[in-house]
Amino acid sequence: MTTTATRRNNPALNTKPNSAVAFIAAFFGNFIVQRFLLFLLTVWVAATVIFILPRLTGQDPVKEKLLLEAQRGGSVQAGMNEMAKEYSARLGLDLPIQEQYINYMTDLAQLDFGYSIAYFPRTVNEIILDSIVWSIGLMTVTLFLAFVLGTGAGALLGWSRSPGWLSYAFMPLLTLSAIPQYMLGLVLMFIFAIILNWLPFFGAYSPGNLPEWSLGFVLDVLRHAILPALAILFSAVGFWAIGMRGMMINTQGEDFMIQADAKGLNGTRIFVRYAIRNALLPQVTGLAISFGTLLTGAVLVEVLFQYPGLGNTLFYAIRVSDFFQITGIVMTIIISLAMATMVVDLVYPLIDPRVKYTQS
Amino acid sequence: MARAADTRNLTMSTRARLARRRWGVFYQERIEPIFLYSRRNPSLIVGLAMLGTLLLFTVIGLLGYSQLEPHTNDPSQNSRLDAYVSGGAPVGDKRMPPSWCTWCEDIVELEGDKKPTLFQYPMGTDTQSRDLFATNLRGIPLTLGTGLIAGLLSVGIGTVTAFVAAYYRGVPDVVIRLLTDVGISIPGLLILIIIRIQLGTELLWWQLGAGLAAVGWVFSSRTVRSQVLVLREQPYVEIARQSGMSGLAIIFREMMPNLIPYITASFVASVAGSILASIGLEALGLGDFSSPSLGMTVYWVIQFGAITLGMWWWWLFPLAFIVIIFVSLFLISAGLDEWSNPRLRRQV
Repeated sequence: MTTTATRRNNPALNTKPNSAVAFIAAFFGNFIVQRFLLFLLTVWVAATVIFILPRLTGQDPVKEKLLLEAQRGGSVQAGMNEMAKEYSARLGLDLPIQEQYINYMTDLAQLDFGYSIAYFPRTVNEIILDSIVWSIGLMTVTLFLAFVLGTGAGALLGWSRSPGWLSYAFMPLLTLSAIPQYMLGLVLMFIFAIILNWLPFFGAYSPGNLPEWSLGFVLDVLRHAILPALAILFSAVGFWAIGMRGMMINTQGEDFMIQADAKGLNGTRIFVRYAIRNALLPQVTGLAISFGTLLTGAVLVEVLFQYPGLGNTLFYAIRVSDFFQITGIVMTIIISLAMATMVVDLVYPLIDPRVKYTQS
Repeated sequence: MARAADTRNLTMSTRARLARRRWGVFYQERIEPIFLYSRRNPSLIVGLAMLGTLLLFTVIGLLGYSQLEPHTNDPSQNSRLDAYVSGGAPVGDKRMPPSWCTWCEDIVELEGDKKPTLFQYPMGTDTQSRDLFATNLRGIPLTLGTGLIAGLLSVGIGTVTAFVAAYYRGVPDVVIRLLTDVGISIPGLLILIIIRIQLGTELLWWQLGAGLAAVGWVFSSRTVRSQVLVLREQPYVEIARQSGMSGLAIIFREMMPNLIPYITASFVASVAGSILASIGLEALGLGDFSSPSLGMTVYWVIQFGAITLGMWWWWLFPLAFIVIIFVSLFLISAGLDEWSNPRLRRQV
């Protein structure tokens, strides 16, 4: 099925390229190619905006950082300009702007974000690698759980034969999904970490506990992840439940549902095989939308719980105005987000045969 | 809708009569259904009522509190409203729980034997000894104002670009479509972080709103554009076009009435999104430090560790206001959604 779907959707494979022009037209008309070009365009626009903004405002991140350090350390201002010049030369900030742009784009293409100003000998990539592990862990688990729980709840809420009391659960779910994640985080932190004192309220593992592969450490990490994960989970579950409920209601109006009923199939079978199976697929497109909100929301949740992921690192980079690190983290988030949405868009027609991307 | 075209050759008095009748028709077709609809689906009314109550509370609170004598003899304070977090003068009593809370005293030890009167600090004071009631009263309009400016601007830009794209087609359409496609996949908050850091100065509430609109208009543009594209294929638009109506007249007299539900829904969504992003930006420490907006209060709460200090009154009240704002906006937009998109209407 997979291969036929690709074949059908891929005019480049269908049409015999009698000329180069026809082939090129077919190539760029191809949905996959178009989607990839959009991905490149997204990353390029974001990168260019981030490149141009500092040049427009005429700020000098290096000099500013040095001045800030000097003020903090109370050192003499003499030699500051020379130092800033030297740094700028090393970082290539004294070149003409078009050369800077080319260098910047080449570095970006290699995913090289240069050195951190605040932790100088370390590169931004090292810092990002250290923290992204925690973010990915937190995000994948919450995304998966929220999808499963939310879709399940939405399926039950949208099913006309569900018990009546269940409909009362819809309003609280909606309300939860409208509340920002970090606000829920505040409440959870207060209840479970301060009043009840059941769970730790900051960090990813207990201080003094060194990362290692032992049961104790893993449990410690899990204990620390519960509250931030719950904060993200609560609002995300509502998002999925709303979408699934709507799809379930639509699906129940379809002819095949009446047919299934007429065949005398039992309720559970209709519910699982006919209704959920069909209502579930469009939920996957929601994945693309949810990545963005989930990520930016998670940034703040991480700050709140001082969870050492990308968000918290971004927060500290902002506090010490480490511009290269901020750019690196922002670009990392933008690229991963653009990639994730692209993958969802590309995979979707393969799993849902009702959707076909053809040349318009 | 298409009715507008045939009034062209009629005399003035007939026109006036028709206009009156048109209002009657307009009422029957557009206004009355809202009432009927809201009876069936109360979420729109509930949301509006929640938001209205919050606004009423703020206005009455601001008016009332500005009449009260300041807590101290500090000449910089004209009324109690001037003792807000970050910017306002302190009132002298640090970490006071709300003074009506009789069971709170063992959470924070009071300095000396000061016994506040019953409504001296309705929402307590913070570690900088500032009146949190004044903070919240001043913060609610600031936060709502940021969202309002952002919402108005993004819907304005979004609608104009949508019409430009749909009207001219061709190159403008392709450019606008690409821009929105790209803009939607880039999280606006991140771009705003970069803008804010590059500007180096703190953004005032309306500047923040404008910044949020600069990254948020793509969502309105996309919603409105897709709807405009549907509408321009409608028979009555075609009739208007063939009877020689100008482009602008078609847009405002034929298409606008049908777009209003979508534009309103998109406005509410972008207000909510902008407030969410503004609070996020402020909580990250990129807000206006002299402003007492709700987001800045959240920032101070995190900075001073109000939660670990057990000062629940510091974060619970702004949290409650933020939740009221979001839930009411959500209910309003859910109500509008079902109104503009009948397929979503409750079937179960």
